Amino acid sequence: MLEKLLSGPKTYYLWLLFLCGVIACCGLVYINQLLNGLGITGMNRDVSWGLYISQFTYFVGVAASAVMLVLPAYFHHYVKFKRMIIFGEFMAVAAVVMCALFIVVDLGQPQRMMNVMLHPTPNSVMFYDMIVLIGYLCLNIVIGWVTLEAERHQVNPPKWIKPLVYLSIIWAFSIHTVTAFLYAGIPGRHYWLTAIMAARFLSSAFCSGPAILLLLILLVRRLTGFDPGKEAIKTLTTIITYTMCINVFFYLLEIFTSFYSNIPGHMEPIRFLFCGHGGHMAWVSYFMWAAVGMAFLSLAILIPPQTRTGSLMPFALIILVIASWIDKGLGLLIGGFTPNMYEDVTPYMPTLQEIAVALGVYAIGALVLSLLWKIALGVKRDVGNFCD
Amino acid sequence: MNANRRQFLKVASLSAMALSSGMSTLCASEALAQIAPGRYEKGEKTRKAKRWAMVIDTRKFSGEKDYAPLIEACHKAHNVPNIPGDKNIKWFWLDSYEHTFPDDMNAHMSQKIAKAVYPLLCNHCTNPPCVRVCPTQATYKMEDGIVAMDYHRCIGCRFCMAGCPYGARSFNFSDPRKHLPDPVPNPTFPTRMIGVVEKCTFCAERLAVGKLPACVEASMGKILFGDLNDPESTVCKALASNYSIRRKPNLGTQPGVYYLI
Repeated sequence: MLEKLLSGPKTYYLWLLFLCGVIACCGLVYINQLLNGLGITGMNRDVSWGLYISQFTYFVGVAASAVMLVLPAYFHHYVKFKRMIIFGEFMAVAAVVMCALFIVVDLGQPQRMMNVMLHPTPNSVMFYDMIVLIGYLCLNIVIGWVTLEAERHQVNPPKWIKPLVYLSIIWAFSIHTVTAFLYAGIPGRHYWLTAIMAARFLSSAFCSGPAILLLLILLVRRLTGFDPGKEAIKTLTTIITYTMCINVFFYLLEIFTSFYSNIPGHMEPIRFLFCGHGGHMAWVSYFMWAAVGMAFLSLAILIPPQTRTGSLMPFALIILVIASWIDKGLGLLIGGFTPNMYEDVTPYMPTLQEIAVALGVYAIGALVLSLLWKIALGVKRDVGNFCD
Repeated sequence: MNANRRQFLKVASLSAMALSSGMSTLCASEALAQIAPGRYEKGEKTRKAKRWAMVIDTRKFSGEKDYAPLIEACHKAHNVPNIPGDKNIKWFWLDSYEHTFPDDMNAHMSQKIAKAVYPLLCNHCTNPPCVRVCPTQATYKMEDGIVAMDYHRCIGCRFCMAGCPYGARSFNFSDPRKHLPDPVPNPTFPTRMIGVVEKCTFCAERLAVGKLPACVEASMGKILFGDLNDPESTVCKALASNYSIRRKPNLGTQPGVYYLI
């Protein structure tokens, strides 16, 4: 199936060339980081994790979200999703690759990363996170490739793939639960020390991941003519709407517990995120309020059936993705480290170089995704499973 | 192919195989066993304890200048660099009451206590979260209660920094050697490299040769150091006869550093 990569319009090659260019430029910034250390980032002694780890967390969610297509299709035999599943699985592959890279760029001594395997430590959540991510990557590569190969030969996929698919559904929940446990089991970080963290992670993943997938699919429809089917889009949008409602609801639960209990430690991170410190708004506060606005606006568009299926739907999905990204990609880490261990505020803002390295990882993810989707689209076109 | 050449090739390929396979390591296993952990024994002078702990009599310190020699002793003994800005390395440092004991604040407390500065260092907890979260066992607990670090195994993931509720850990965001004089203050203690985490070691290396921790020695009796499991130790006696507090006791980490207030 790899031959599908070798033919395509000029724009396809230009896109790959563009991505390679971005990767090369950002790679240079990463080399600078390797030589001069993580001092080039905005992280500091008190805010010791930043943009890299938050992007890792966000994309674990994107990876897990493939299950929102796989579960209805395999557990409920919802056949309308079948045409689109492969794109979810391949997006999961690209997302896990990005997760791994975000961890690597965050390490102070990346050449020692195999120590995690050489000295397996069952009491560390990071050990399990490594296992579940590698497992999920393998599952999705195998399942995606084998089912696509079967589709190409127009035969049913081999029977042994079914148990793997069922396993991957449960596995998807596990990857984001374990990622939440990285945060939720730490004493003294008030914003993270909450039992609902894993549930919040899953709900935010299950709205933002499918939203990203659907937006990309809509883009692909415009570019190539591939159509997942009206009904499939409609169902996926409904799933996104429900999970976004749950996501917002879970966040409000956090706010209730923090403020009704009136425990300072629980209130302070949320206060900092939305109101800043010492009478001054923090830069992240503007983002947080923007996220609140976008979250509710997206729901206002997605909840009424007329607008959910209307032309505003892609716009609603875009602001939904931005809102969930601010919550998880900025607020989660900054709120966790502010106030710091001395109940004081140490500001953090990612530096341009840090953002460049993160963009490089994004570009690698986009490259992996583009290549895998190119194969999938090629096969679907060949066998006539391209549009209605 | 003549016989000699064949012979040479045989020997060469066999020895190449032996080298690349585990055969050569078999021969070296005896040498390895000699340096394996467990073969080490404590020296005659080594100070021994079941649970090392520190009691800081803050009543006997009158301000920053009283702590300055302690900080200097610690930082010289361990080649701790002073890096300006928010990416500094801290082993033994000072902060306000509000920041040291944030859960114990009230607006009407004794001004003398509220305005004083307090020394901070790694608490060498009985249940250390940093050890729990470390994915490589680069941070580990020794049998005498000291939370130690292997700088050569640390991958720099900084999970321990997120885990430590006391902010006792520092990450080398840049090369620490660039911020140290040449020669370093203490050539017998290793300097660290870029990209690893470090912290106070309760001077395990000094205890091993019969010395007290550097800060304890420099405090001239104002900081006590001893075995919590020995009721006759100076720390146990001081804790039994004075009111003491620890940092964030509600987290269940059981810090090994006590403050007499």
